[in-house]
Amino acid sequence: MHIRIGVDVGGTNTDAVAFSKNELIAVTKSPTTQDVTSGVTNAILGLIKFGRLQPKEVSAVMVGTTHFVNALIESKHLIPTAVVRLCGKTTQAIHPFRDWPLRLREAIQAETFFLEGGHEFDGRTIGTLNLSQIDDVIEKINNAGIRAVAISSVFSPLNQSHELFVAQRFYEHAPNISVSISSEIGRIGFLERENATILNACLKDIAEKIVSALQRSLIELGIYCKLFISQNDGTLMSAAHANRYPITTFASGPTNSMRGAAYLSGQTDCAVIDIGGTTTDIGILRSGYPREASSAVSVNGVRTNFRMPDVVSIGLGGGSIVRDNGCLTVGPDSVGYNIRSEALIFGGKTLTATDLAVASGRGVIGDPSRVEHLDPGIVRDGLELIQLTIGQALETMATSSEPIPVVLVGGGHLICGNEIKSAKSVVRPPNLDVANAVGSAISQIGSQVDQIISVTPSTREHAIESLRRETISRCATAGALAQSIEIIDIEEIPLAYLPAGSVRMQMRAVGNLDFSRDPNKIT
Amino acid sequence: MKAIDSEFVENLAIGASLLGAGGGGDPYIGKLLASEAIETFGSPKLIDHLAVPDDAVCVMVASMGAPTVAVERLPSGDELHVAILSLQRYISKGITHLVGLEIGGMNSMLPIVSAARTQLPLVDCDAMGRAFPELQMCTPSLFGKSTSPMALADESGNTVVIDSTSNLKTERIARRITIEMGAVSYIALYPLSGKELKETMIPGTISLAKDIGYEMSKTRAKGDDVLNSLLRLTKGIPLFEGKITDVDRKTQDGFARGTVELTGYGSCLKDKFKVSFQNENLIAELNGRVVATVPDLICFVAPDTCRPITTEELRYGLRVVVIGIPCDFRWRTERGLQLVGPNCFGYDLKFTPVERMVKQFVR
Repeated sequence: MHIRIGVDVGGTNTDAVAFSKNELIAVTKSPTTQDVTSGVTNAILGLIKFGRLQPKEVSAVMVGTTHFVNALIESKHLIPTAVVRLCGKTTQAIHPFRDWPLRLREAIQAETFFLEGGHEFDGRTIGTLNLSQIDDVIEKINNAGIRAVAISSVFSPLNQSHELFVAQRFYEHAPNISVSISSEIGRIGFLERENATILNACLKDIAEKIVSALQRSLIELGIYCKLFISQNDGTLMSAAHANRYPITTFASGPTNSMRGAAYLSGQTDCAVIDIGGTTTDIGILRSGYPREASSAVSVNGVRTNFRMPDVVSIGLGGGSIVRDNGCLTVGPDSVGYNIRSEALIFGGKTLTATDLAVASGRGVIGDPSRVEHLDPGIVRDGLELIQLTIGQALETMATSSEPIPVVLVGGGHLICGNEIKSAKSVVRPPNLDVANAVGSAISQIGSQVDQIISVTPSTREHAIESLRRETISRCATAGALAQSIEIIDIEEIPLAYLPAGSVRMQMRAVGNLDFSRDPNKIT
Repeated sequence: MKAIDSEFVENLAIGASLLGAGGGGDPYIGKLLASEAIETFGSPKLIDHLAVPDDAVCVMVASMGAPTVAVERLPSGDELHVAILSLQRYISKGITHLVGLEIGGMNSMLPIVSAARTQLPLVDCDAMGRAFPELQMCTPSLFGKSTSPMALADESGNTVVIDSTSNLKTERIARRITIEMGAVSYIALYPLSGKELKETMIPGTISLAKDIGYEMSKTRAKGDDVLNSLLRLTKGIPLFEGKITDVDRKTQDGFARGTVELTGYGSCLKDKFKVSFQNENLIAELNGRVVATVPDLICFVAPDTCRPITTEELRYGLRVVVIGIPCDFRWRTERGLQLVGPNCFGYDLKFTPVERMVKQFVR
């Protein structure tokens, strides 16, 4: 029997779920711990006990955590990073780290080198690589004792050969230096991609520490299987890959919750409203995957161009504080995880959104008799206000004036009624409070290409087909079961001010995890 | 005379984005280039156009090409300088003043980069007063001034000088060369005497854009009505407030064309509004009736902050305020409309100034 375990490390709780084939067989929640790992161990241990699982039946563990990125917020455990640009004379006018928050910059910035190399939009090279120049830089970085380097080549999303060549040279001559290359991390938009690559490089120590601790704790639990980490786009990477690309995990939370909601409800094209204790996140699913934001994304004050789920977040949740000072308000402040001591229904003294929901008879949580005395007018008006706020936020996310099916998930879902403006239907699937962990467990293997190509009507089909093959082959290499791979997204953007026929083509593929591969089980 | 510092640049970026009328490209990269140049070479000086001597030799600087490429292959920092020197050699006259071609969007920043580098004074004016897609759409064209000789340079130091028979031809040749240069080139063009500059350019636009940015950050900090300050500065007219109910995009002949439809709220409840764009916003219709057309500026801003919204950012559900800003009077002349009127963008419409159209409608 193949059992998959999905884990979500949240701010408050670490949730875990177990799947056998496509059946959800066990669910647990346990508190998140400072070191992350012991919280994960406790959650899996609970799962094994509760679901009477045999550790040796577990064939994959998928963990969703944004913990690596927390290190950026504290500017701790980051390693100084050298930056190498392959750009020839171009791309020198704006230096690396410009526009970064000072504290982070001071913690990370090491030397910068501009080398020959890079490509034009149409695939021509800007200049050829200069071997002695490269070796010289490797020696300098090595002698300076710098252990991390970020390499970015102009137009590397179109052609990564220059980045790969220089990275290979580093492996051969300075194997102790960890190398991050930009084509594996970001898309077109040089500064944003380079920024993300630098952030990735400086997280190397902390990533290795957490990933190896997670692997050790699985072994201690008697689970000898492959460990995967969820990425921002809802796909998986191996533990070995996570060591090298920790930055791609930082927004996995909302993606997992939306993917989990899709799975639990069986809906693939809908809006997902995830109501937590303090905030409500609303996103849109298309063919089972979150719609992505188009604008630049700031990671702790650094501008990047990650693919991020397009999510609107409002300050409204189960713990939102309700006030009536002539004008009724709900949130944006919240009692947060203290809801179990501060809300009226739990014997506390603060009127929260959840108290209103319980008073209206929507559900039984805590002690409903403690909210019987509430003024029915305030209960009604408060709940109406919540409904209105969520409806307005949903409206801004919809893509047309057609009402849209809604899936409600999250621990705070009771505060929202079924009459949401612009919602076609409202579904509350079973196990909706562990949607994140479910999303993590069902993650797939993914791949993408992003290229500018020149096409004429006669060559178009051929060009698309060759990109399609490239995308699928990348997906298989990453560990997907060949027959399960499908292209889920093709975006074709003709370029303004270029001759007709120049298009930017973005393609994404996903496939199911191939359990039969890698018999040694540990990466 | 004013020194341009990094605060000036921040504010200018906001104002330039508004004056882009939905297009013009994101000034972000330009802003970083300008701050880096100011840090390296010192603050350039901005002078009033009337302070330019008649015999001054003025040259415009800008970039042209594909915005998608401009965010990936960044400048070396030398190319504008190389283009200026190349043009200077060709015209055999020492250049004394630098001028901006286009105040809307990314191109608002490049003259600052050049002025810092060369330490030549930058004149407070531009040739569009907004953003337009093509080189000949410049006020000096109205006075028979030639775009060429024009110099193009790329990041590797290659230069080309075009000396052509018409401004349209210059645009076409330059477009081809730009592709060969990697789809972005840096250009120095429209050499003008100080006298010609004073006769043909739109004065005060750099200060105006900076003031717009300054007012927006200042009034926001004070919590005052940002929209009112914005309208006062630009002599703008509120056209509509509403929610976007449909965005339809298609790309034709290398341009991002499309339409956006809005449903009103507040004072515009029950009204419908529609804007057609081609990189920049071109035509605005209220309940099926045209209320503003190019060359007047049609701008989307966010309701509370008045942050300018570009056509790329438009999407269903977004709440926006649409304002109309009268373009420079030169564009409203017969010759001006022949160059940049609705007909030039494929619309069979007669231009009527936005302030008059709105008045007619209200009456």
